[in-house]
Amino acid sequence: MTSIDTERTVSLTVNGVPREARVPVRRVLADALRDDLGLTGTHVGCAHGVCGSCTVLVDGEPVRSCLVLAVQVDGAAVTTVEGLARDDHRGGQVLHPVQEAFRECHALQCGYCTPGFLVTIAAGLEARDAAQEITEEEVDELVGGNLCRCTGYANIKKAVRHAAATMREDAR
Amino acid sequence: MTTKLFGEPVRRREDARLITGRGRYLDDIGAGALAAAFVRSPHAHARITDVDVEGALDVEGLVAIYTYEDLTGPMAEPLPVLIPHPQLHAPRTGHPLADGVVNHVGEPVVMVVATDRYVAEDAAERIVVSYEELPVVVGIDTARAAESCVHPDVPDNVAARHHQETGDVEPALAASPHTLTFTQTIERSACTPLEGKGVHARWDPDDGSLRVYSSTQASTSVRAAIAAKLELSLDRVEVIAPDVGGGFGVKIVHPWPEELLVPMAAMRLGREVKWAEDRREHFVSSAHERGQRQQVTVGFDDDGRLTALDVHVWHDNGAYTPYGIIVPIITATQLVGPYVIPVYRVVVESLYTNTVIVTPYRGAGRPQGCFAMERTMDRIADSLGLDRAEVRRRNLITPDQFPYDHHLTFQDGRPVVYDSGDYPGLLEKLTALVGWESVEERRAEATGRGKLLGAGMALYVEGTGPGPYEGGHVQVLGSGKVLVSTGLTSQGQGHETVFAQIVASELGVPMEDVEVHTGDTRRFGYAVGTFASRAAVMSGNAVALAARGVREKALRIAAEVLEADPSDLEIDEGLVQVKGTPGASIPLRTVAVLSNPLRYAFDEAAKQATQFATHDDTKPPVAPGDAPGLEHRDYYSPLRSTFASGAHAAVVEIDPQTWEIDVVQYAVVHDCGNVVNPMIVEGQVHGGVAQGVGGALYERMAYDADGQLQNASFMDFLVPYASEVPDVVIDHQQTPSPLNPLGIKGAGEAGVIPGSAALASAIEDAVGRRVAAMPISPSELYDLVRDDTAERTAASARRTGATA
Repeated sequence: MTSIDTERTVSLTVNGVPREARVPVRRVLADALRDDLGLTGTHVGCAHGVCGSCTVLVDGEPVRSCLVLAVQVDGAAVTTVEGLARDDHRGGQVLHPVQEAFRECHALQCGYCTPGFLVTIAAGLEARDAAQEITEEEVDELVGGNLCRCTGYANIKKAVRHAAATMREDAR
Repeated sequence: MTTKLFGEPVRRREDARLITGRGRYLDDIGAGALAAAFVRSPHAHARITDVDVEGALDVEGLVAIYTYEDLTGPMAEPLPVLIPHPQLHAPRTGHPLADGVVNHVGEPVVMVVATDRYVAEDAAERIVVSYEELPVVVGIDTARAAESCVHPDVPDNVAARHHQETGDVEPALAASPHTLTFTQTIERSACTPLEGKGVHARWDPDDGSLRVYSSTQASTSVRAAIAAKLELSLDRVEVIAPDVGGGFGVKIVHPWPEELLVPMAAMRLGREVKWAEDRREHFVSSAHERGQRQQVTVGFDDDGRLTALDVHVWHDNGAYTPYGIIVPIITATQLVGPYVIPVYRVVVESLYTNTVIVTPYRGAGRPQGCFAMERTMDRIADSLGLDRAEVRRRNLITPDQFPYDHHLTFQDGRPVVYDSGDYPGLLEKLTALVGWESVEERRAEATGRGKLLGAGMALYVEGTGPGPYEGGHVQVLGSGKVLVSTGLTSQGQGHETVFAQIVASELGVPMEDVEVHTGDTRRFGYAVGTFASRAAVMSGNAVALAARGVREKALRIAAEVLEADPSDLEIDEGLVQVKGTPGASIPLRTVAVLSNPLRYAFDEAAKQATQFATHDDTKPPVAPGDAPGLEHRDYYSPLRSTFASGAHAAVVEIDPQTWEIDVVQYAVVHDCGNVVNPMIVEGQVHGGVAQGVGGALYERMAYDADGQLQNASFMDFLVPYASEVPDVVIDHQQTPSPLNPLGIKGAGEAGVIPGSAALASAIEDAVGRRVAAMPISPSELYDLVRDDTAERTAASARRTGATA
């Protein structure tokens, strides 16, 4: 009676690891990441593309994973919050500068929206010339598309400046 | 020397997991659980004539469908009235699933359980519920007119008439040199945490026990409610609040229908069941707040000093009153703010409407009270031609008047007696911080740029840390690890960090050794909850007292080993040592081992406590009145609330082409007594201000006359983005509370309280038209300034006169 069991196998590179999932065609990417691949760091806040909590990177670009079907990104490289830190080759992890900055600047409270901010800001900072000092316009742009109900954004903006400064230092 | 931790901006311990995607929120739990979805009423008021589930039955993956007919015993009875009050004369609550009548859009009618949420939604949309529509009551005017009623046995729609007075107000008003009467309104808003509510339940049929995870602010009380409703012994139910993605008040209400229905289904099906609220569900089936109309009559003398205040509030409580009249009481009692009010009378009528229930949202009635009082101050200043800061200053309670008794009864049933404060100090800091003296120069400069500039301010006093109690348990393990638990929950306040700071400071151990757990009834069964800016005050003091108990016991045991007097010992960096005698010491972890006399050695450390390793055979191994283990449990129960305070000022610039309102400056002076972690307190202030600005300029619940919420999405309900939130400058004042051992006051809600009052004042100052309704949008402001009948402020007339 319904076509809900129309399924496809989707192949993705998630956080650098090839993954496969057999998913109903109607399953959104957020649910596929969370329920089929067990990556629950991506959170759904509104399910209509406004809050940005579910943002992940698809081939390096921020995408609202609540508005994309998993089958639409077959073959793509997906980065979630779990993939932001680097392996330090000693069994630990090196946090991305923006993750470090969020902790240092108290840029999160409940933490629910945080993964969406982190991947968006990380992508934005990596796409710019790290040697240049970040401008307030750039900061506003990087934080401007996501909702946070806890922090009032001041410390998130501070964290962006902090992360940009770290990356600038590293670029020297 | 142990690093000083209390009062330091220690970085949060929660963050390591939350910034790496390793948090554990409700929907992250129970990957294989069945999913629940709900058929909710599309009508604001209707009789259910039929529920036809036939069409859903062949949906592959459907597991169960429940209607009211499937509820038995206490589940078939109305949900509890959580906070009864004698003046709540007509309390009404809904049922877990509607019993024949629905009273607001979004009320749950049918629960569907299926293999996943997609399938559950498929089945839900195939269930046909037939309704006979009934007359709808929306808005305070319609409710007061009472041409139709929400509940047939409450014909006037009045749930409660809350009344307090401190003297005979009418003669006091009659004797006043001046009086003013005005009305104003404030619209509905809502908490809208980024994570909605959610429940996961697992029934263990062999053990006969139920484990429930809920995104709640009150896990111990959810546990008690589930046990009562599902007829389980309390010891068979455990409730855990996992990482919670924001609360702001909405998650203090309980038991939500889903908190009972999901466990019920898990028990009946013998399977894990989960429900995670979606955003539309959150808008139409959780809770809202703020909606009030206020009529204020104030008497004052030639100097602007209040002589009498008479306030009538009409409060929209939505369809039901599960949380009693807490919000009206808080408005009524916090309205008085930092001022001396010789005679005060307040009456709040709490009215039923066919809308979502109204329960506390951060501030919980205080923003409305502040709006009433602060706009009264502005009107007095305007009518006398006095500076608004000066009128406030003349009416403030002075530092020598504490404790100050307002002769009112607060939300906790205790007297409104302010414990400490320095309100003139706040005002002085605020006017300096915002540059109040230079507003006219700035106005002239802005006028030159074609902008209308205005400034406004608002002061508040906030009763925080109400009882009845919270508890804390501190235990030192043989490994040196210090386990701390308290029953109240966390929704982002950083409790794991601040409670660890407190315990590490009290006990003299490195903070890394301290591990804090909250909101888990397996660890701590007695608690009230996280609301009313109470967690730091209540659990902060409780864990401090528990840590002091552990310290005392540790010193006693160590004194025997070191053959010293306990008063000569200190604990530093986890080492118990004789003061001034290097080398005479014993690690706290060894004391923990020795505190538990053993027969069996399970590791090297344990050998020290076994029966042949200890030599005193003159006493029993555990003395009468003593207990094994280095642990202590204690409770903090205050006589009454402690009162924090603050003052905000806003400067706005308005573009007379677009009427866009730009908040160009926002200044906060904040006093929450002794501060455990200033970084976290500032974060709370920032977040509160953002919600205050949202409530003043953007957020409203747009119900139409049929009770349909027209903006039930983040596309249409405008939670501020970063672009809408002004930069905030903060100055601090610390007036310790004399009521609790740590001298702290609550900080969670403060930031939101004065937002609407300060911004209304600033906008009014800019445009010279009376702003009596908040929030205000650019189009509403445009309408206001074009309305020839709109009241002009005397200040604007004076300014025009001055410039003419």
